[in-house]
Formats: sequence, C-alpha cells, structure tokens
Amino acid sequence: MNGFTAPEVAWGALSPVLVVLGAAVVGVLVEAFVPARARRLVQVVLALLALLGALVAVGLLWGGVERTGGTAVLGGSLVVDGPALVCQAVVAVLALLSLLVLADRTRAGQGAIAPSVATVPGSEAERLAREKGLQQTEVYPLVLFATGGMLVFPAAGDLLTLFVALEVLSLPLYLLSGTARERRLLSQEASLKYFLLGAFASAVLLFGVALLYGYSGSLRYADIAAATATPSPLDGLLVLGSVLVLVGLLFKVGAMPFHSWTPDVYQGAPTPVTAFMAACTKVAAVGALLRFVYVVVPGLQWDLAPVLWGVAIVTMVAATVVAMVQTDVKRMLGYSSVAHAGFLLTGVVALDERGVSGTLFYLLAYGVATVGAFAVVSLVRQGRSGGAQLEAADLSAWDGLARRSPVLALAFSVFLLSFAGIPLTGGFLGKFSVFSAAVDGGAWPLALVGVLASAAAAYFYVRVIVRMYFTPPADEALPADEVLLVDDATAGSPSDAATGTGATALGTAGTGTLVAARPAATRTAVATSQGLTAVTVVVCLIGTVLLGVLPQPVLDLVGSAAVFLP
Amino acid sequence: MTSFPWLTALVVLPVLGAVLLWVLPAGARSRARELALVVALGEVALGVGALAAFDTADAGTHQLVEQHAWIPAIGASYAVGVDGVGLALVLMSVVLVPLVVLAAWREQGSAGAATDRLRSYLALVLLLEAFIVGVFSARDLFLFYVLFEAMLIPVYFMIGGYGGPRRGAAAVKFLVYSLLGGLVMLAGVITLYLAGPGGDEGFLVENLVGTQLSTTTERLLFCSFFLAFAIKAPMVPVHTWLPDAAEQAPAGTSTLLVGVLDKVGTFGMLTLCLPLFPEASRWAAPVVVALAVLSVLYGAVLAIGQRDLMRLIAYTSVSHFGFIVLGIFALTSTSVAGSSFYMVNHGLSTGALFLLGGYLVARRGSQRIEDFGGLQRVVPVLAGLFLVSGLSALSLPGLSTFVSEFAVLVGTFTRHPAAAVVASLGVVLAAVYVLWTYQRVFTGPRPETAELATMRDVGARERWAVAPLVVLMLVLGFAPGPALDLVRPPAQLTLEQVGEQDPVRQGLVADAGGGTDDGSTGSTTDGTADGSTDGTADGTTDGTDEGGEG
Repeated sequence: MNGFTAPEVAWGALSPVLVVLGAAVVGVLVEAFVPARARRLVQVVLALLALLGALVAVGLLWGGVERTGGTAVLGGSLVVDGPALVCQAVVAVLALLSLLVLADRTRAGQGAIAPSVATVPGSEAERLAREKGLQQTEVYPLVLFATGGMLVFPAAGDLLTLFVALEVLSLPLYLLSGTARERRLLSQEASLKYFLLGAFASAVLLFGVALLYGYSGSLRYADIAAATATPSPLDGLLVLGSVLVLVGLLFKVGAMPFHSWTPDVYQGAPTPVTAFMAACTKVAAVGALLRFVYVVVPGLQWDLAPVLWGVAIVTMVAATVVAMVQTDVKRMLGYSSVAHAGFLLTGVVALDERGVSGTLFYLLAYGVATVGAFAVVSLVRQGRSGGAQLEAADLSAWDGLARRSPVLALAFSVFLLSFAGIPLTGGFLGKFSVFSAAVDGGAWPLALVGVLASAAAAYFYVRVIVRMYFTPPADEALPADEVLLVDDATAGSPSDAATGTGATALGTAGTGTLVAARPAATRTAVATSQGLTAVTVVVCLIGTVLLGVLPQPVLDLVGSAAVFLP
Repeated sequence: MTSFPWLTALVVLPVLGAVLLWVLPAGARSRARELALVVALGEVALGVGALAAFDTADAGTHQLVEQHAWIPAIGASYAVGVDGVGLALVLMSVVLVPLVVLAAWREQGSAGAATDRLRSYLALVLLLEAFIVGVFSARDLFLFYVLFEAMLIPVYFMIGGYGGPRRGAAAVKFLVYSLLGGLVMLAGVITLYLAGPGGDEGFLVENLVGTQLSTTTERLLFCSFFLAFAIKAPMVPVHTWLPDAAEQAPAGTSTLLVGVLDKVGTFGMLTLCLPLFPEASRWAAPVVVALAVLSVLYGAVLAIGQRDLMRLIAYTSVSHFGFIVLGIFALTSTSVAGSSFYMVNHGLSTGALFLLGGYLVARRGSQRIEDFGGLQRVVPVLAGLFLVSGLSALSLPGLSTFVSEFAVLVGTFTRHPAAAVVASLGVVLAAVYVLWTYQRVFTGPRPETAELATMRDVGARERWAVAPLVVLMLVLGFAPGPALDLVRPPAQLTLEQVGEQDPVRQGLVADAGGGTDDGSTGSTTDGTADGSTDGTADGTTDGTDEGGEG
C-alpha cells in the first residue's frame, strides 16, 4: 500500500479562483464578526478588492500562457489556457461592474436587496425589518461564490469539475434571485422556478457525464477525446451522453428550448443581480460550451452539428419574435439575451479558431452592454418623489425619458444599438466576428438566419428608443400642440424635471391648468443614487463605443488566445 | 496630389461641429445656428479646396487618397479617395447642407433665438454630413459598410424627433427597411471578404476587385448588395418607406434624405456592384433594367395621384431614381456617365423642391395640395422658384437635369431600345405631375381664405437657401462640360471593369444616330428660345459627342 502522496499543485495558476473564493469565505466570517453597522462597507470593499485581485492574477498569468500555450493544473482537472483566461478576465470585469450596481443605494439608503430576505412578504416581520433599516449583506459573499464558480466553469478540464463548478455558480444565483426588495413574491417565485429547473438541468448534465464515463472510462476531456478516435460498440453512449451534457450547458447559456427560466428569472431577480447573471453566467457557460465542443467532441461534428444548428436557428428566430411583444423592459432584455445566445451559438458551431476568437469578442461586447443596460434599468424609477420608488418595469413608463434624463437615455440607446448590431458599437463587431466565423466554417445558412433575425430584432430595440425620445410621457399625453407648449416651458430647466420635482417646475407659464390635472403619483423619475451605478453606466458606455471604433487591441488579445489546450 | 488630407478634413470638421453644438455652454446656445452655418460653410470651402487639389484630367482614377491601418485583425483599413463621381457627389452634399441649415433657421420653435431642439437637430445634420462624405469617399468595403449603416442613426433621429404626428412610425419603418437591406448586405460583405485575398488589407475595394468567385456565389453576392442599394435608392417594389418618411420628416431632412442619402444606393450600385461582380451584373442587367423602367413609370403615376405635397415630391424621386438605375445598368459609357451626372442634378432639383415645399407647408400649416391655390399672385417669387425647380425635375432643356436624362435615354437606347422608349414615357408623365401641381398650387383666382391671401413671400434668408441651387441648375444646364469631364472617365473605367463594350450593331447605330439628331434639334430649338447662344453651343456639342460614342 502506497502512502498518501500530496498532489503537485500549481498554486499560481489557480490564483484567480483562489482569490475570489478565499474572499468569499472571509466574507462569511465578516458576517459573523464585524458589527452590523460596518458590515456593508467591509463587504463591498472586500468584494471589490477580490475581483480586482482576480483580474490582476489573470493579467500576471497571461504572459506565461501566451508563451507556452497554457498548462493543465491539478492533474488536468483545471486547464489554464488562452480561452480560459479570457473568459476569467471578462467574468471578473463584468462582475466588478455589476457589483458596483449592487452596492449602490439611493440617497435614502434604499438598495436593490430586501432588508431581511427570510421574512414573509407583507408580514409584520418584514415591516419591522424595514423600519429598523436592516441590511442583508450576505449577498456580497454569495456573489463572490458565484463568481468563483464562473471562473472555474470555462477552465474545467474534466466533467466532474465541470459539474462542481456548475453547482458552485448556480446555488448562490438561486438564492440571489429571491432577494429583491420590491415585488418580493415575484422575486421568490423566480427563485423557486430557477432552482427547480436548474436542478433538473443539473441532473440531465450529470446523467450525460455518467454516460460519457461509461463510454470512455474517464472523466478527463482529453481521454474522452482520445477515445472518440477509435470506433467502438458503445458509440451510442457517446452521442447520447454528449447531447445530455450539451443540454445542461445550453440551459445555462439560455438557448431555446432550454430558455424558459430566463425571462421569469430576469424579471423577478433584483436588477443588479439580473445584470450579473445575464452577463457573467453567459460568459462562463459559453466558455464551458466552447471547450466541450472544441476539445471533447470535435470528432462528433457530424452527429452534433445538426443539433447545434437547430438550437441556434430556433433560438435566434423564436426569441426575436417573442421579444417583439414584450411590454416589461426586463423581460424584453431577457428574451433579447436568449436571442444573443443564438448568435453566440453561430460562432460556436463554426468549429474553427476564428469561431473561438469571434465568440469571445462577442461575449465581451454583449456583457458590457448588458451590464450597462440593466444598470440603467435600476436607475429609472416610478413613484412619488420622496416615497417608495419602484423600478419602472413597464415600457410605457419609459416614454419621454430623454427629456428628463438625456444622458441616461443616450446611454441606454447606445446599449440597445449595440444589441441590435449597429456599426460603431461593440455589438456590430461581435456580430461581424461570429457571422464571418460561421461563413468561414461553411455555416452560411446560420449567418443568413442570423442577419435576418438581427434585422427583426432591431425593431424591438428601436421601439424602446422611440419611446424614450419621441413619445411624450403618459402623464403628458396631450394633443400635439399643447405638448409643444409644455416643451417650451420646460426647455430651460430639464434638470428640474429629472429630480422628481418636475410637477412644480412644469406648472409655470400658461400651462398650469394642464399640469394640475396630472396625477403626481405615477411620475417616472431617475433615482438619485450614491453614484456607483453611474460609474458602471459610464464605463459600459465608453467600453461599448471603444469596442466598436477601436477594437484592435481586444481583437489581438482574443485572437492570440483562441487555441484550446487539449 | 497634395499632402493635405482633404477628405479626412471633410469628415472631421462636421463631426467637430456636431460635438461642439452638443457641448455648447448655456450662454452660447442661442448662437447655435450661426455656429452650424459657419461649420457648414467651412465645409464648402474645404470642398472647393478638394476640387482644386483634384486633377480633373485624370478623373477616372481615385485621388486625394489616404490609407491607414484601422482594424488589421479583420482586414479593415481607413482608406478614402474619390474619383470624379465621388467628388461630384461629395461637393453636391456639402453644398446642400448649409442650405438646409438656413432653411431650418426658424423651425422647431426657434423664432427669436435657437432652441435646444434646433441645436440638437443641427448637430444631427452635421453628423450626417460627416457620414455622407465618408461613404462617398470610402475605398474600403468595411469602412463603407460601417458608415452606410451608422448613417441610419442620425437620420432616424432626424425623422423621428422632428417631424409630423406619425413620425415615430415613419422613422421605425425607415430604419427597419434599411437595416434589413444592410444586414443582408453584411452577409455578402463577409462572404466576399472570405473569398478575397484576405490579410491586413483584405477589405480594400481595389484588392477585392477581380476576386474569383463561382458563378452562383457571385450572383448571390450581387443580389445581397443590390437589395441593400435598391432599398436605399429606393426602387419599386422596396420604395414604400420613402413616401412615409418624406411626408413626416421636416423639409430639411427630406432634402438630405432624398437628395443625398438615397444617392448612396445608386452610388453603391455604380462603384461596388458593377466592379465587384461584373459577370453577375451583366447577368442581372435585363431584370434590373425592367425594374428601373417600372420604377420610372410607377413612381410617376403615383406622383400624379398624390394629394400630399411632400409625398408627391417623394414619388417623383422614385421615378427619377428609376432613370438613374436604368442608366447604370444599361452599361454604356453614355448612360453611365449620364446617371452619374443625374445623381448630382437630382440632388439639386429635388432638394430645391423639398425646401420650397417646406416653405409652403410652414406658411399654410397643411401638406394637402387642395389646401393651396392661386398663390402665384400672392407669393410670386416663391412661385417662380418652385416653377424653375419643377421644370428642372421634368428635365426641361436648359436646366441641368435635361443633359443627364437625355444622356441616360440615348445611352440606354443603344442597348435596350424598348426600355428607352418606354422610359421616355416617364418624361411625359413628369410634365403632368410637375405642371399639374404647379397649376393646383399657384394658378387660379386670387385666394380668398385668410391664410393664403396674406401669405408672406420668401424672405432674404429663404431666398439664399434656394437661390444657389437654382443657379447651379442653370449653370450646369448651359455649361455641363466641366461636370461631364468629372463623370465620363469613371464611367469608361467602370465599363471596362464590367467587361462590357458600347454596342456597335449596325442596325442600331442608325437608330441611335437618329435619336441623337432629334435630341440635338430639340436642344437647339430650346436654346434659341432662351436666347443664349453660348449655352446652346455647349449643349449641342455634348449631345453630339455622346451620340458619336454610341
């Protein structure tokens, strides 16, 4: 009997993951030992530092990986190569940006998270918690745990690590979805739905893992790939197992027909969590999908390609059509994110180097715009000035936003145009990259469906811009001539209107009677926050434009990182 | 050749102007329109400088060329340069912009000083100008495509933000139509790039010309490009966005939209479709010619039936774009040169019509033609300007449009006699829609309703906004020589790239000669009637030259 030999661990290569997960554990201790008053500040700073640290760690690893092409750590359980590092960097950046939104509060100290998540909605306990100003600061460690899982997910080198990473990233997200301060029942429903469907998808994935193990006798990607080279009577297991694993991954990616959780959860979860989920989960899941398709089953092209083609086409077409009829802004962005999963799949299906780099670039462009868009959503509120302000979920509340808050409307328009793939935004170059990869890989019908779906999708993005810029707000829905009068009266003081005191500011000149008739309660306004969200919006705005105009450095980066270590 | 980057300067100046307008401090905002006008006039000065630096004797090659690496990873470069056609269109655009600024002077509630709405509008106009100059001078397919699509955004806001009651719907229709065409073209752009030489400069048009493609691929690619350009141009049956947009948009927007922006469609057919896909262009030419003839007649007939002044002008443009496309795909040197020149002339005449229509609508508060009548006696100057612009639209000899329309028809006749004969019906219909409109709006007894009877005639500012266009129409009508020198060599070159010769079939030469004779006689007669001998001489010579080539 051999004694236990400690495995050789390349700690350095693991550092991004270790920093984040370590900080998460410390965060749990903070909950226990730091006094309540200081907890929030400590947690936020800790989380920000952890994500920055992960980013720095990725940067330090980059040079080595570029030289050697990557290393397999922990006996191949974790693979640190170009695509893995790019995904990790993108996840860290996007998580950082979403964290700023999550940490932001209005002047009155209102955050996006319920004061005490465990209380029953509408109960006496909830009222008390609100009154005492409790804060649920566990969300920060939860975000870090989820991020840790997302860092491992695209780097997983065997199926078991893949599954563990999936659970590590999913469980905190299930919890986080249920923590919304407003519309708590909706939020808890979303959480439960996400959990049930997610558990089901995990089981499917696990079943696929079992079948693949049965086929090849190994969990390592490299071994399975080697086994596919020789025909065997168990090939049926291989195909079925691969399809089941793909289903599990596509669930996380949010592709149709495994998307049904997406709109509900996006709508119910607190908006900053939605931003985090929509951007980072997608990056991690697509990263894992890329590795699985490129490393494990390239030999199965002819068996799996039709499946992926079908999923991509159905996703692009159906999600676009359904998104057109949404009236809730978060649901609309949810379906739009499903549609983007379809566009991403066209890059995955290409099965060549160009496909990898194109998909990675698309992920970055999509993620930046997504975090930015949800950050804007979190700022646009509806309600009495001074009183509780709900997020303006219904699209009709966005009418005329440009007049009250030109900068926010501009930012949201740029994000929407990026989603639509208009040139000079990151979204265009993303679409360009994945479509050219698809055409190059012989999948031109996919590219064709993609461009047609993009054209149709532009309709519902642009519809929102029409509302923000060209539709007078519902509470000013007056005949055209009178609206012009109001226009002129407020032309000099648009900032007044934005602060929620617009009702009085408008009541000047000869329009006083018109204004008086308007119910002040339904006013849409932009919440004045502590400014962290504004930082995110500005960074995302600049990022989206830069990715569209001067993308060369990023393209170089993902171009040099497009090879998977087998 | 000069080292000064004329084209880049032409792109950068309006962008700076637009940014400046947006960030203007509150104190200076009331001067926004003066600032916009100064920028637009500076742009004209730059345009003149570019013309001076351009070697007209060598108009067939691209000059004022600049090239820098932009996104080498995907083969895109920043490469600009113009040949004669490109330069002519750039000049036409930069001339129109200050006039649009002038025409918008008191719009959007800016009676006394500029309002914020007007300031944003002018900033959008300048931004659009930059994109337009960029598109006409792009020598890199990727750059062309990016600007071609990005251009939609300012126009979208110009229609949707500042027009009539149903402007939102019109703006969305415009955008979705254009995006559909544009994205289908994107698929074509990608495929062409992958088939081309690739590398860091794989998108340069000169590197893509001559790419070997299989027949089917080439035809599909041609269709993807052509669809985008046909929607932009707009050709029947994908024209329906234009009347809606023109009806809802303010007059200045329509001027730029129809006068300049839509030229990108025909410009693209001429400078991208033909050289990149020569075989497919020859293959598709008969169908395109048929569609073009259909556009000519359908646009004209619908124009006659319109009750809305702005829709009417929009439909006349559909008809005129039919002529332009007809000339391009007739594939003779005369017709292609004629079409190139037609693009400039159409910008002048339609631009003037839209601006004047805008004056009328602003005064009357209605776009319905039946709300007007007898205005000749009330606003004689406005009536006169409208008549001249209208006559230019119906190609009266002596006005610039005549030269180009005539060249298109003569050139087309040598290859497709039937198409030319049917298309010339469009000239007759043009007379109907222009003169009948003039009759309904301006002639008749002195109007009795207060709005019409007390209508102001055009003021000095409004005159200045239209006068340059009328002057240019007359100058180019009587002395088209310099302009034709700009467009003829590129036409010849394009024809060589397509691999098509001017037809020299024995039976047809006599016919063509006959046609030319008729035309020359017509022009002489009219010239005499105008009493300007110099102009007549020029017109006749040119007519004969073209006939000779045919």
